[in-house]
Amino acid sequence: MEPYIDTGITAWMLVSASLVLLMTPGLALFYGGMTRSKSVLNMMMMCFGALALIAVIYPLWGWSMSYGESLGGILGNPLDQFGLGGSFDQVSVLDTETGAAIPTIVDVGFQTTFAIITVALIAGALADRVKFSTWMVFAGLWVTLSYFPMAHMVWSGGLLSGDGPFAAIAEPVDFAGGTVVHINAGVAGLVLALIVGKRKGFGAEPMRPHNLPLVMLGAALLWFGWFGFNAGSAYGADETAGLAWVNTTTAAAAAVLGWLVTEKLKYGKATSLGAASGVVAGLVAITPAAGALTPVTSIVLGVLAGGLCALAVGLKHKLGYDDSLDVVGVHLVGGLVGTVGIGFLATDGGLLFGGGVNLLVVQVIIAAVAILLSGVVTLVLGLALKSLMGWRVATEDEVRGIDLAEHAEGAYEGINS
Amino acid sequence: MKLITAVIQPHTLDQVKAALQSAGVRGMTVSEVSGYGRQKGHTEVYRGAEYTVDLVPKVRLEVLVSDEEASALAELVVRVARTGKIGDGKVWVTSVDEVIRVRTGASGPDAL
Repeated sequence: MEPYIDTGITAWMLVSASLVLLMTPGLALFYGGMTRSKSVLNMMMMCFGALALIAVIYPLWGWSMSYGESLGGILGNPLDQFGLGGSFDQVSVLDTETGAAIPTIVDVGFQTTFAIITVALIAGALADRVKFSTWMVFAGLWVTLSYFPMAHMVWSGGLLSGDGPFAAIAEPVDFAGGTVVHINAGVAGLVLALIVGKRKGFGAEPMRPHNLPLVMLGAALLWFGWFGFNAGSAYGADETAGLAWVNTTTAAAAAVLGWLVTEKLKYGKATSLGAASGVVAGLVAITPAAGALTPVTSIVLGVLAGGLCALAVGLKHKLGYDDSLDVVGVHLVGGLVGTVGIGFLATDGGLLFGGGVNLLVVQVIIAAVAILLSGVVTLVLGLALKSLMGWRVATEDEVRGIDLAEHAEGAYEGINS
Repeated sequence: MKLITAVIQPHTLDQVKAALQSAGVRGMTVSEVSGYGRQKGHTEVYRGAEYTVDLVPKVRLEVLVSDEEASALAELVVRVARTGKIGDGKVWVTSVDEVIRVRTGASGPDAL
């Protein structure tokens, strides 16, 4: 069929892109509220800085490295569609039978927002103590060397996609970015937390969130934006988008309940920080699975994600690394619960639905490859920047507050702010 | 002249303020402070990390009064602010050498 621009889908994709873009300022509020009052602006600036930088990089070489001519199934050729030129095709056909298509530039916008939020997620592991300049250089290099190749491998016919070698066992499922976004960012957060080191006073003095209402507001905006993230990833205004929307809601809601029950049993209180964290844990877990589950199995996945992430955030205290705002506990663990959970729960091919172990094996493999790739790239980059630029601000600046030291600003008026 | 300083539970402030007003006190200074006494602190839980908070919020109330009224008003504050639970606070009375009203320049008992 002759391609035609489906205006319904195009409109929905533009709305979805806008929703996903809103997630990064939402994340800034979510993370910012969790920091101490003397470092909230720096936390928000790391998110906004990533937004500004990646939005500029993406059309230059991000799109081409993700969707350009494949180099060995690992990454796209950055020069193939550099600056949206070269072999850049103006129209993306979504359905060859009907000819339904969207302008490719709309997809560029949608994909830009995914790259932005993924990088911003990492910042949560680095609260209070990192030079803004080093962060910005890292953001540009990491998105180029880890995110774009991973997006190519999973979403553009690369090694981890349905066209890759593992598809011979079963076709891997990553609906909206469990590996590309959450495992990728979670591993990067863990590796950087280890390289950068603990905040001064970590484990000895209280580092309580300075503004829990901001955290709740941020979680709410993330949830709202996530409808674009997951339902938009259906690339249609149809029943798959509807299923993803409903699954996104049921999983997030179930994860809130899972987190709160776990907290109540373990610590005696159901907290607002736990509820906000549960929202995000559920959203993370359902991201790869949003199109592969039913609302009922989404509830199962959500409860599991909430409970397991609530337990996982305690790991940093046991193991002694300072992932400040729990990027590992929420995004890596939540991403793994979702990516591996698909192997058990997928309506089509899941172990518990008579599909055998093939899908489960493939899901474990793509999760492991994502961990390995992100781990190695982040380790090399993190260590290189440590020796070239240094990661940490001076100890006295960290104690006095990184907002003042790095940005010459303070968030609040008053003696102890 | 005396200065009555009371560090009390924040939730008792309204009643103490009303009682002092009924007793003829015309002005006071109230500030939010934090501290601890024998009560010690409380525990907060954030994503499973338990923090013991030593310094708990209190209200400090300061009233300038004449020598004659001082002990009765201090007792009034103690009576109204008492809940009987640990952490109720303290009241103390100190002597004041001079008080001057900024608007008029009046000094001594006239400035109260």
